[in-house]
Amino acid sequence: MISLFLRDLKLSVRAGGGALIGVLFFMTVVAVVPFAVGPDLNLLSRIGPAILWIGALLASLLGLDRLFQAEREDGSLDLMLMQETPLVLTVLVKCLAHWSASGLPLVIAAPLLGLFMNTSELAIGATMLTLLVGTPAITLIGAAGAAVAVTLPRGGLLVSILVLPLAIPVLIFGVSATYAAVEDPAPFLPPFLILMAITLFFAVIGPLAAAAALRSSSD
Amino acid sequence: MPICLVVEGLSAKRGEDLIFHDISFVLRAGEALVVTGANGSGKSTLLRVLAGLLAAESGSVRIDGAAAEIGHPRELCHYLGHRNAMKHELTVAENLSFWKSFMGDSPGGAGKDLEDATEAVGLGGISHLPFGYLSAGQQRRMAMAKLLVAFRPVWILDEPTAALDANADRLFAELVTGHLGAGGIVVAATHQPLGLEARELRMTGFAGVGGMV
Repeated sequence: MISLFLRDLKLSVRAGGGALIGVLFFMTVVAVVPFAVGPDLNLLSRIGPAILWIGALLASLLGLDRLFQAEREDGSLDLMLMQETPLVLTVLVKCLAHWSASGLPLVIAAPLLGLFMNTSELAIGATMLTLLVGTPAITLIGAAGAAVAVTLPRGGLLVSILVLPLAIPVLIFGVSATYAAVEDPAPFLPPFLILMAITLFFAVIGPLAAAAALRSSSD
Repeated sequence: MPICLVVEGLSAKRGEDLIFHDISFVLRAGEALVVTGANGSGKSTLLRVLAGLLAAESGSVRIDGAAAEIGHPRELCHYLGHRNAMKHELTVAENLSFWKSFMGDSPGGAGKDLEDATEAVGLGGISHLPFGYLSAGQQRRMAMAKLLVAFRPVWILDEPTAALDANADRLFAELVTGHLGAGGIVVAATHQPLGLEARELRMTGFAGVGGMV
């Protein structure tokens, strides 16, 4: 299983892997907002965490469709389906590798992009923490979507549309936890714990659903 | 106990069409079956059903006499399809060592190490190259090296010698003979003669009944 993790990590950093595409997209989305909204620093710092979260959500949807499609195209998926190793575990490890290569860089890039939005240190810290906890959920939900669309040649947009409604709770609780950390009356912990619960929930449901979809899609 | 691949009354559908029905055969350790037939006669479908990648409409595939309890017969099978299941971005050695550790060995045998496997397909010394740099024939040979690095008693091979030159054909026949000699089972679909002592299953397609020759 470690070998699968390392292989996927290697693939995503080599040419054509697209690990950095997500970060670049994230940067593009966040960087254009100040130009569009105007140089109102108070407004920017108020919407900053939300924009960071939206950017991270969209960026982590990018490239999800290749999670299984690339394996299917070269025949590797067939071999993965045949092994004694439970398919659920294979899917989970692939998700972890995908998140490490494309989700983790978003978390790391978030403070830098937070500066564009005039976000305070506390808000930047809270955004990083909620992204760290929340983005794995998006990958795990996305795995199910990617598995459903694995046979479709242009499944990219379809995966995003399938996944987006399920990812909305992640966005809601991620953003509300971040704001709760910055603004006083609201408590930080409840939304943050719900965010954690969502991630853990999808860590179970996502791979199960993806494995079932992959099994039934083989042809 | 030597293993034994038992196929009983197998039939399969693609969409609504019955591709073949009621195929039965028994292969004992050391036996090979060559599946022949025109394009579209259902050779690949049969092999994918054997490999557990397609659900059979009816009938069963089982492997008797396995060295240990198995969950599904596909776990004892190697499947070499039309595609090589190797990543172009990774080197040959990275590809092979990934499959070696990911697949592991079936009980009752051990896979060769990487160098022996690449030597066996006649391509020793180039495993540091990215897989994508190799020619089509070399890629196919390296995909065969995959059969050697992880031990599986049953090999299911779909058009194994496509893109290979005559030399490589012979080399491949040696690999298969070696596998059979070690008590393995081979099921191969092919247009070309493999140069093997093997029974032949001719697929006639469109719900025609496959007959043993």
